[in-house]
Amino acid sequence: MTDAVLHHARIALVGNPNSGKTALFNALTGARQKVANYAGVTVERKEGMIRGASGRTMSVVDLPGTYSLRARSPDEEVTRDVVLGRFAGEASPDVMVAVADATNLRLVLRLILELKAVGRPMVLALNMYDIAERQGLRIDIEGLRAELGVPIVTTVATRKRGLDDLVAAVEAELAAQPASLPSAWTSPDAEGIRAAHREAGRIMRAHVRPPEHPDTLTGRIDSVLLHPVFGLAILLGILFVMFQAVFAWAAPLMDGIEALMAGLGGLVAAALPDNLLRSLIIDGLISGVGSVLVFLPQILILFLFIILLEDFGYMARAAFLMDRIMGGAGLHGRAFIPLLSSFACAIPGIMSTRVIDNKRDRMATILVAPLMTCSARIPVYTLIIGAFIPQQTVGGVFNLQGLVMFGLYAAGIVSALGVSFLIRRVFWRGRVEPFMMQLPAYKAPDIKNVALNLWQRAMIFINRAGRIILPLMVLIWVLSTFPYPPEGATGPAIDYSFAGMIGHAIQPLLAPIGFNWQMSIALVPGMAAREVAVAALGTVYAVGDAESATGVLASTLAAQWSLASGLAFLAWYVFAPQCAPTLGVVKRETNSWKWPIIMFVYMVALAYLAAFVVYQGARAIGWG
Amino acid sequence: MSDSFPLSQARVGARGVIVQVGDHGDHDEHAIELERRLLEFGLVEGARIEVLHEGGIKRDPIALRVDEAVVALRRREAASLMVRADDAA
Repeated sequence: MTDAVLHHARIALVGNPNSGKTALFNALTGARQKVANYAGVTVERKEGMIRGASGRTMSVVDLPGTYSLRARSPDEEVTRDVVLGRFAGEASPDVMVAVADATNLRLVLRLILELKAVGRPMVLALNMYDIAERQGLRIDIEGLRAELGVPIVTTVATRKRGLDDLVAAVEAELAAQPASLPSAWTSPDAEGIRAAHREAGRIMRAHVRPPEHPDTLTGRIDSVLLHPVFGLAILLGILFVMFQAVFAWAAPLMDGIEALMAGLGGLVAAALPDNLLRSLIIDGLISGVGSVLVFLPQILILFLFIILLEDFGYMARAAFLMDRIMGGAGLHGRAFIPLLSSFACAIPGIMSTRVIDNKRDRMATILVAPLMTCSARIPVYTLIIGAFIPQQTVGGVFNLQGLVMFGLYAAGIVSALGVSFLIRRVFWRGRVEPFMMQLPAYKAPDIKNVALNLWQRAMIFINRAGRIILPLMVLIWVLSTFPYPPEGATGPAIDYSFAGMIGHAIQPLLAPIGFNWQMSIALVPGMAAREVAVAALGTVYAVGDAESATGVLASTLAAQWSLASGLAFLAWYVFAPQCAPTLGVVKRETNSWKWPIIMFVYMVALAYLAAFVVYQGARAIGWG
Repeated sequence: MSDSFPLSQARVGARGVIVQVGDHGDHDEHAIELERRLLEFGLVEGARIEVLHEGGIKRDPIALRVDEAVVALRRREAASLMVRADDAA
């Protein structure tokens, strides 16, 4: 009895991608899940607790989907190592649950043959069994059980059918305490895989009768969505709606978060005397964390779309449609979703590059992700465009300010493609990684799964961003606060601080690109997040509350800067790595300082070059 | 084998049976790895395939029905698969 209390039996879910494995995990554990990372690698570890009919508690882990234990990506390596009990700090599972899409058994049968060689007790869950029944697919479960030698349970994760049976089967395996055989698994060569396929094919013919009414809906939808012309047009339409939603729906929520943070600052201001601690809490922590939290609504709306499209089965199609276009720039089709996310914020974009198998493809994607125009650039672009670009109509239909904004987005996309082309076609020539993926059958997304997934995304972003951002905020606050201005100083306090010193020190370097010392100083706190530069410019030009008084700040800038300087500042912001949290996430995801340093250097170089060309070019045509 | 052709040349609607995966003369590490990955995706000798869709640029990539599943791959990788046209089709 003490044994049962001290030692939770460990259950691992293993299966192909798209087998409904995560839906089954969610149905089993509900919201009682812990999402963390496996030690030493940035692969998500999802664990939950379940209680069997006997009252015994068991821990369930959802292992990343794979076609084979012969792992290729970091995700698949985790699955292999946990299954084989090789993962340091992870005991090997007491019972494996192989999760199979009942309508698509052939590939998972081959995986099950591999898993059987591992020698741990196993239960097979035939998931999506309702769809198999609807299609008239006949599975001889008794025969299959005898053939494979493992208990079989049919489940419908989305309707919570068969869950009790599954848990009971797992408990029966635990109670039977079958002798664990030493693992006989070895990485199969091509002949081994062929032999396993023949065996799987034989089992299929003996025990599975093909469906009487196979799914034709997926084929009919694909003939539209994968159409070479309409398919791309529909993809663009979906992206358009998505961006509309990200920017239109998020606005009231973002205003709400800003008001909340301002209110919190006000409360602290009222509660504490005017001293350093108050300044640290209000100007450092609250405004700093608020400047990142404010992007949460946009990130959540973007993720809502991505999760819905993913669960519907569309994302594999989007990768199919985009593969050739991205491939021209040396990027993998799977880089599409990470780069798309980067339009809201590069941090979730970089975190979602984990789906890319090949290390070089993944690094190339990480390196160019911050070139996508994230929403933190928008306040900066809006301020500078408002100050320097006249509100006028060009060619009868286009708004000039809108055109410049569009040009800045386009510059980000084109430069990302150019940089990835350079990386993959010049520096890292080598082989082109194969593009192979299953196109799963379309399914209606399950609301509960979507909600749970979205909640987890939000928590991961807050957690990850918070842990990196807090210390950075304190550092940047220190730089902008100390030392104090001398008695009787007339300029803004930041001018006398370390940030001011850095700004003055780098200003000669930035003179060729048209930056005055005020602009140079604003770049230092602007390292926290791009839009902080707006507030920093407000501080150096002593325009109180710059964010709500952008009109005042814009007219100040228009009076103080030349047009050439304004345009150079825009060009700088297209490229510059003005976001320490992004660099911190790159460090975490790559486990090395090498990549954030490379990213910083190449982006600063591009930013300087672009601003130099723009400034000198603008002066040459008399805009100086 | 005279009527077999590389899958990379197939157009939408082509049906057949895979008769060879990988170039068995090629012992380069990359070719061996590609062969294993194709096999793991169910692209194995004897599998029935049908080309369902093509991409817009250079008709690449392609989507195939492979037995019960649908798989997308580039023509570049499809060149490693020899297919015999289905007489019944």
